[in-house]
Amino acid sequence: MSDEATLNLFQQQESNRRRTVWLVIGFVLFFAWLGLGGDLILHLYTADAPPESYHHGFPWIGLVLGTIALGTAWYAYKTGPEKVLWSTGAWELITPQDDKQRQLVNVVEEMAIAAGIPRPRIYVVADPDPNAFATGTDPNHAHIAVTQGLLDLCSREELQGVIGHELGHVKNYDVRLMTTLAAMVGAVLLIHSGISRMLRGGVRISGGGGGGGGGGGKGGKKMGQLALILLVVWVITWILAPIITQLLAVAVSRKREYLADAMGAQFTRNPLALASALQKIEGAAEPTKSIQRGAAHLCIADPLGRRLNNREGAFANLFGTHPPMAMRIARLKGMGYAQLKKEGGVVA
Amino acid sequence: MGSLILLVLVVIAIGWMIAAYNGLISLKNQTLNAFKQIDVQLKRRHDLIPNLVNAVRGAMDFEKSTLEAVIQARNQAVKITAGGPENIKQISQAENQLSGALSRLLVTIERYPDLKATSNVAQLQEELTSTENRIAFARQLYNDTGTQYNTKQQQFPTSLVAGLAKAQPAELWELEDQAERAVPQVDLSRPLPPSPTPGRIEGGRG
Repeated sequence: MSDEATLNLFQQQESNRRRTVWLVIGFVLFFAWLGLGGDLILHLYTADAPPESYHHGFPWIGLVLGTIALGTAWYAYKTGPEKVLWSTGAWELITPQDDKQRQLVNVVEEMAIAAGIPRPRIYVVADPDPNAFATGTDPNHAHIAVTQGLLDLCSREELQGVIGHELGHVKNYDVRLMTTLAAMVGAVLLIHSGISRMLRGGVRISGGGGGGGGGGGKGGKKMGQLALILLVVWVITWILAPIITQLLAVAVSRKREYLADAMGAQFTRNPLALASALQKIEGAAEPTKSIQRGAAHLCIADPLGRRLNNREGAFANLFGTHPPMAMRIARLKGMGYAQLKKEGGVVA
Repeated sequence: MGSLILLVLVVIAIGWMIAAYNGLISLKNQTLNAFKQIDVQLKRRHDLIPNLVNAVRGAMDFEKSTLEAVIQARNQAVKITAGGPENIKQISQAENQLSGALSRLLVTIERYPDLKATSNVAQLQEELTSTENRIAFARQLYNDTGTQYNTKQQQFPTSLVAGLAKAQPAELWELEDQAERAVPQVDLSRPLPPSPTPGRIEGGRG
């Protein structure tokens, strides 16, 4: 491990911790805006209503949504790993039953030694498609999951490469950021659909009442315009909320895969094995059905098999969760040949 | 004003010294810890070998020399390791010898398909492969951490506080045999018994 690599690792850990904090703050602020914006609109809307009708003064929507967001963020951070594992239907491997499982436990143990972190808990996802992911909050509370397909398909050394890649994610705190994000993407989708349903009902009611309470002076008209603009912005934010969170998930994960590949190669000192594992994973193009959209960015290969991820360029960089497999394999092979050359071996 | 600047500079210097000192101490402890990890894995190997030898002894009567070499190397290694971590050079020598003897044994076992079919032996073999890997990875971690520690304490300006932190260069584990990490490969074209020491596997891992 060169000095530069360790420097990179510490920077990466630090930036992941920081980003997780920002993610949580952004999440809470976003919901606070949704709530307070609603309050403001309601306030402006009811400001010049006749004195005897309802005036919206106390920002209770903002308070309620803010509290919900805080609670969700805390809950997502605390139980994210559990939720992710639960959503894939993974079962924990405690006492290995057959040779393959014994090998998996051994390989994880070996790679944990190489990475210098405690052995994470091991899970198996009953899915015939080869894939793997890691989750957790830090190296002391980490979980690593592989699909049955990966166990069946990979040789011992390839398995080492894949586990090394996942432990790379664990060691540089990628898991904390990515798991919190996965839990929040899930929460946003849930809250969003719930509240939109509530809101649709609410608009109908207030629409009926608003018609009667309208009409006012010049000031009232100005207020009405402001309220309208706010309303438009607010509605757009609502519609975009799920898309924005998905984009966030993407933005954090693409570069990380290259880094984790490099770390995996550094732990095993065998980049070619990881390259051949990736080739096998790529070759089995079946989508991994057990893994849902919300956890896609955690996996070693895109479980949805989206074609976008195989492209380079600005658009793919913006919307793809994983870098193109061909690029990853090429980089790993480059490392492998450089290593062989140094050791004086023959490039086969 | 001048004294204020001086004060700020002194505070910065002291802060830097504390940080550099703590960094060195942390690396020192990591190195020690990595060394302990090797120790743990070596013990695991020492405990595993008798089981393996007992499991294959009956079936490999005429390859006694291979077995004996393993047993001897193991006992030698156990004796030296008991001496403590000071004589790291001798430990690594003894363990390298044991690694060599073991890989020859593993190659030999590969030549007895009947033996491999017994799940007990297959299991032991997996355990042994894993242990060999663990030792290799533990050494890798130790050498990586040790190198980092050594570089840190020699580099300016951290070298200024190296004495204060009682930093001594860590002795690295020597890898005598580049090919030892290779999973033993069988050459089926080779005639069976008479070759007590199969040739080194050419090309190594890769």
